[in-house]
Amino acid sequence: MHETPILRVRNLEKQFGQGCPDCKDKESRSLEKNYCSACGTVYAVRDVSFDLFPGEVLGIVGESGSGKSTMLQGLYFDAEITGGEVYIDHPAVLDKNVLELSSQQKRYIRNYLYGMVYQNPVHGLKMKFSSVGNIAEKMIAAGGRNVSSIEARSKTLLEKVHIPLRRMKEEPRNFSGGMQQRVQIAKALSNNPPILFLDEVTTGLDLSVQASVLDLIKQIQRDLHISMIVVSHDLAVIRMLADRSIVMLNGTIIEKGLTDQILEDPQHEYTQQLVYSLL
Amino acid sequence: MTILEIKNFGKAFTIHHLDKTLPAVNNIHFSIDAGEFIGIIGKSGSGKSTILKSIYRTYLPHTGEILYNSDRFGQIDLAKATERQVISLRKYEIGYVSQFLNVMPRTTCRQLVQNALLEMGEPGETAMIEAEKALTHFEMDPKLWDSYPNTFSGGEKLRLNIAMATVKKPRLLLLDEPTASLDQQSKMKVREIIEKLKQQGTTLVGIFHDIEFMEGLCDKVYEMKTGQVISAREEVAYES
Repeated sequence: MHETPILRVRNLEKQFGQGCPDCKDKESRSLEKNYCSACGTVYAVRDVSFDLFPGEVLGIVGESGSGKSTMLQGLYFDAEITGGEVYIDHPAVLDKNVLELSSQQKRYIRNYLYGMVYQNPVHGLKMKFSSVGNIAEKMIAAGGRNVSSIEARSKTLLEKVHIPLRRMKEEPRNFSGGMQQRVQIAKALSNNPPILFLDEVTTGLDLSVQASVLDLIKQIQRDLHISMIVVSHDLAVIRMLADRSIVMLNGTIIEKGLTDQILEDPQHEYTQQLVYSLL
Repeated sequence: MTILEIKNFGKAFTIHHLDKTLPAVNNIHFSIDAGEFIGIIGKSGSGKSTILKSIYRTYLPHTGEILYNSDRFGQIDLAKATERQVISLRKYEIGYVSQFLNVMPRTTCRQLVQNALLEMGEPGETAMIEAEKALTHFEMDPKLWDSYPNTFSGGEKLRLNIAMATVKKPRLLLLDEPTASLDQQSKMKVREIIEKLKQQGTTLVGIFHDIEFMEGLCDKVYEMKTGQVISAREEVAYES
């Protein structure tokens, strides 16, 4: 079985701080977790490599500060990456390390190939725009100019995420957290991206809303075959969504495998502690 | 035709906080022909589940080979197959049923069976028809089809589990103590279900702790003690 990954991430590095002679050399440095006690540099993402295959949901778990969100922000070009390579299997950017592209080309990738759903809807939505306006914004950025087709697509998407159309002209700040999250998902899907990033999307939602968001994500995967990276510290969420998962600690990948294998036969000491802590 | 051959298989668990490696099973050999039903019996802790979970790769095998004769990949060692290969085999060829139901919340019984087919790429219409057939076949009360399984009884959950696994027509089905928490009457139902699966030509590996249940049902029974197969006996093929 030969499969071409849709997203290839190689040796991703992200550091906050300049580094010093004590910590610059990867082999010899000794860090306190991911922190250099001599100069205060934080190595948030260290040598992270993985593949994302077409149509799959890849789970990323780890505690707060393990580098999951930083990595996602780096992939989505929200934050500058210190080093590494990222390749997308798409004719427009074939065999090009997308981290080295111009900001115009990065914008193209964000508008056409990527979708992002943030943990906090404030980052993903303009709270003072109408919900339909939020979705339109992303479609206009991706070159949409026909008002009626933009509106029709927005309506379809809002229906898909169960937002009543009578409220589509309302600003998301009037909505509950779960509704805001669903508008964000609709916005992220508006340009049919082949790759979707989901950062702690169910954190802070009550159980019943969480169930409907999970169901929505699974439905999107089934119907649209979008590849997704789901970051969560909640193992139950990862178990429901992801076939394969990665466990991160202090900026590095410590374990990867089938999600049920990671939960039932964890190999790394930290993963074992994580699984023992499951309710 | 041999569908599964286990050679010199062993599995140990490394428990870091105890700084210990605990052996679970070792030196396991057996093989299964297509259409056979192999039963594994033994006390709790004798390593029955370890074998089954290692075949399904929920556990990472340590030593030996688990050679599976696949439709998609030809002969493949499940102990060394890539994660993507295992995911593909789970989707199309190998099913797993236990007494526990672990499914998407707030999804109806009918939808769960349909989703199993939709994930294989079956069209919506076919999925709907086949799901209803499977639920009828395993005698799931139609009143329950549109309700959520959290509140189902043990027997109902098990039947849903079996429906979800078998609707995909797996070549190899692993049964992990499916009768563990059932009363006598429900056990007899499970027995009938297994007979139906055998008639359809499904190859089955099942682990059970009650020997009576297996009587006359399995083609071969292996008994395990402390991580090793101690005896194998041929059963007379069951005639209904």
